[in-house]
This record gives sequence, C-alpha cells and structure tokens, in this order.
Amino acid sequence: MNDPILRYTLVERVMHWIAAVAFCYVLATGLAFYSPHLYWIATLLGGAPTSRFWHPWLGVVFAATLFWMLKAWLGDMRITPADRKWGDSMQHYIRNEDENLPPIDRFNIGQKYFFWGMLWAGIVLLLSGAVLWFPELIPWSLRGLRFAAVLLHVSSALITIGLFIIHVYMGTAVVRGGFTSIIRGEVSPAWARTHHRLWFQRVTGK
Amino acid sequence: MSSGNLRVQKISGHAGPVAGEGTQRQEQVCKLIDTTTCIGCKACEVACMEWNDLPFGETVFDNTYQTMPETRWNYWNLIKFNEHPREDGSMQWLMRKDQCMHCADPGCLAACPADNAIVQYQNGIVDFQQEYCIGCQYCVTGCPFNIPKFNPQTKKMFKCTLCTDRVSQGLEPACIKACPTGCLHFGTKDDMKELAGARAQQLREHSGYANAGVYDPVGVGGTSVIYVLHDITNPEAYGGLPSDPRVPWAVRIWKQPLKWLGNLAMIGGLIGVTMHYLRFGPKKVKDDE
Repeated sequence: MNDPILRYTLVERVMHWIAAVAFCYVLATGLAFYSPHLYWIATLLGGAPTSRFWHPWLGVVFAATLFWMLKAWLGDMRITPADRKWGDSMQHYIRNEDENLPPIDRFNIGQKYFFWGMLWAGIVLLLSGAVLWFPELIPWSLRGLRFAAVLLHVSSALITIGLFIIHVYMGTAVVRGGFTSIIRGEVSPAWARTHHRLWFQRVTGK
Repeated sequence: MSSGNLRVQKISGHAGPVAGEGTQRQEQVCKLIDTTTCIGCKACEVACMEWNDLPFGETVFDNTYQTMPETRWNYWNLIKFNEHPREDGSMQWLMRKDQCMHCADPGCLAACPADNAIVQYQNGIVDFQQEYCIGCQYCVTGCPFNIPKFNPQTKKMFKCTLCTDRVSQGLEPACIKACPTGCLHFGTKDDMKELAGARAQQLREHSGYANAGVYDPVGVGGTSVIYVLHDITNPEAYGGLPSDPRVPWAVRIWKQPLKWLGNLAMIGGLIGVTMHYLRFGPKKVKDDE
C-alpha cells in the first residue's frame, strides 16, 4: 500500500548525473573566463590553461547527455493543453497553493520548460562553442562568425545559469523528496499523489 | 629592470629643482614607417627573427615578393606587397611593413580573460605574457588588424613585442636598426608625428602625392606604430590596412553591458530564490488518502 514508487530508472539517474557533473564543470570554468573576479575558480580547478583545455570537452559531454535525455524523455516532455491550463495558474504553484492547481502527469510545465530551455540553449552553446574551440580555422574574412559566437555563447550560458538556479532550488529546497528521487529513484505514494497525481494514477492504476 | 622605473619625479623634503626633471619630454614611444621610401628588402623581417630568436618556417610563394600571406606566431614582421593600378593605367608598387600596431585602446587586451596575459606599458607598448596565456584566442577576436597568432604546439599567442626588451634598455627595435633606407624611425610619439607630418607635407607639395598623409587611427585611440602613406584616403590598398579600425562592437557589448546584465541576473536570481524560500518555504506533501 505505502510501497515507494519508481520515478526515475537507473539509466535516467545516471544520465541526469553525467549531465549535472559536466554542467557544473563548464559552469565553474566558464564563470572563471567570464569575469576576472571569478578567475580564481580556474586556479582551483588546475589552472586556466587546463580549464581552457577541458571546458570544451566537458561541454561536448553535456551536449551529448542533452540529446540522450531528448531520446529518453521526448514523450514525457511534450507540452499538452492540460499543461498550458496548469501553467495559467502557475502563480498558485509559486505561492505553494497547490490545492488550486489541476492534476498533472509525470512532469509539470515548469519542468518541461526547463528541459526545452536547456536543450535549445545547449544547442546554441555547442555550435558557438565549436567556433570558440577552433578559432584558428575561421578565416579573417569570416570573423563575423567569431563575433556572433562570443555573444551567443555568453547569452545562452546566462540563460542556462538562470534555469539551473531555479532547477536546483526547486528540486532540493521547495519540492522535498525530489533530490532523493533523482539519487535513489523512488518517491512515496503521498509525494506522487501530491505533485503528479495523473502520473500516480497512471503508474499505480489507482 | 627598465631605466624608466628609476626616473625621479619627486623627492621628499627637497628644496630647489628635482635633478633630471623635465629631461624626459615624453614617455610614449613610437615606430614611424615611411611606406614611400621602403624598398621591400625585408631586412626588418630577418632582424626581427634573429633578435627574437624565432624558428624559421616555410615561406609561401604567391606570385609576389611577399614572404607569406600574413604574419605567423613565429613571423611577427611581414612586408606586404601590392601592385596598385593608378588611374592612368600605370602600376604603383606599394610595400608596407605589417606588424602589431600597439594601439592605445587595444582590442586584444579588452577581449582577453586571462589575468596578466596582455599588458600595456606606460610607454605605449602592448605585450603578451605567454606564461599567463591560456590559448583561448579571444585576442584574435578583439584585434582589428589580424595580428595575434596561435602556436598550436604550446597553445600560446604571439605577436610583435615592439622589442620591449631592447626599448627598456634604451635601444631601438631590431627592425629599425636593420633598415637600410631610413624608412623606419623610432622615437617619442610626438617626435614621430612631427617627422611623419613633415614628410607627408613634403610628398604633397613636392612629389605630386596630393593625398599623402599620416596613418595614426583615432578609432583605436592612436597607435604606437604610425605610417606615412602616399594615399591616406585608401589605406586598404596597402595589403588590407583598415581605413577605420576599431575594437569590434561585439567585443564591447560582450565585455560591458552583457557582463553587467549577466552579473545582475545571476545575483538577482540567487537573491530571488532565497527570498522565495524565506517567504513561502517548502511545499507540503498531503498524506490525505
């Protein structure tokens, strides 16, 4: 009756944590290159030339896990009319007045926006990052590409940082049980009923 | 240590004039390149390689007298050749010594994220410190003259130092010393501007070059390398010298408003979630059914 419910399979958890570690590394080294006041981060991580060497490789790892997630979660991440209805009353969710919200499936629209935001920003980061990785291959006549790349890389990185702050905050501080679910995979039936009632009904048949 | 570091400016508890005061008219140094008297002998290219102990690389023949298409990480000084058609159909041979311009407002320095990797000295010299360089090549994006070059083996950037090691010891740069025609001059910025202005006037009044002038682009705050050109209205003809070089606007936006907005957004985001937690706190799981 009160047996825990599997919310994330082992593969989903591994996928999430590869993406998380890779993102934290590119975030830390990226911030070091972003601001002279944060340059010490690169020193902590083995020196700035080392950080410059590994930043693009970990960026590729992060981008690869994004596509892996797309493959794994595409079905769950489609935004439905029910999501939009839930999204219209999102102020209740923000104010923790969850009783005023319609029931939802495995992910709410905020989680879906987070996923799509990370995916699209990740694609822009990957493409602009490729230009910044091998600028010596860009001829002088095409230097407009380098100008576009620095602006796009920083802008999309800032978008992912905003999403990341909200994601970590919601998953650890606000929705208690979320963090353990992405580590051990399980949630309690009460948790599932409260936060994802349609999903709870779907997987338990209740 | 540079003798410039020991130049006395003030003395405590001292009556009367400071010894040596005013003997230095100006701190800023400058290279003057008179393209109208350059014969394209490339002595400066050889002197640069010898003094800076640069390994020799293969040259590229492209049907001109130019050694290679553009400067390299180990070739900082390149004479650019151009056969420029005059209006009357005759040909004019333009030769310009290309190297770092040592801008007063250096785009490479603005774009560089590495602490101490690019320094600008008070005498105007902009120099790369390879031990601090991280090889990101953002300086290439910042430079309007296509000067910094990447060494793929060491992953460091290189360019003309204006022979800062020689200049700090009171010597002229190696290229200046090697020039046989006297088309290269070295001195203070004021002196070089005066000399360049006089030469340009001479060209306009006595040699039939009505458009002769001095190239000291204001878009980058002036440069510590200035040219006398036969035709100041068409610097592009001299191997692609930009007519109005500026630090790219993309670099300006990236390093200024975008950075401030980003800092504001990141700090605002952290304050925002903290305030949300203090006001609303965690969600409660209802154990109703």
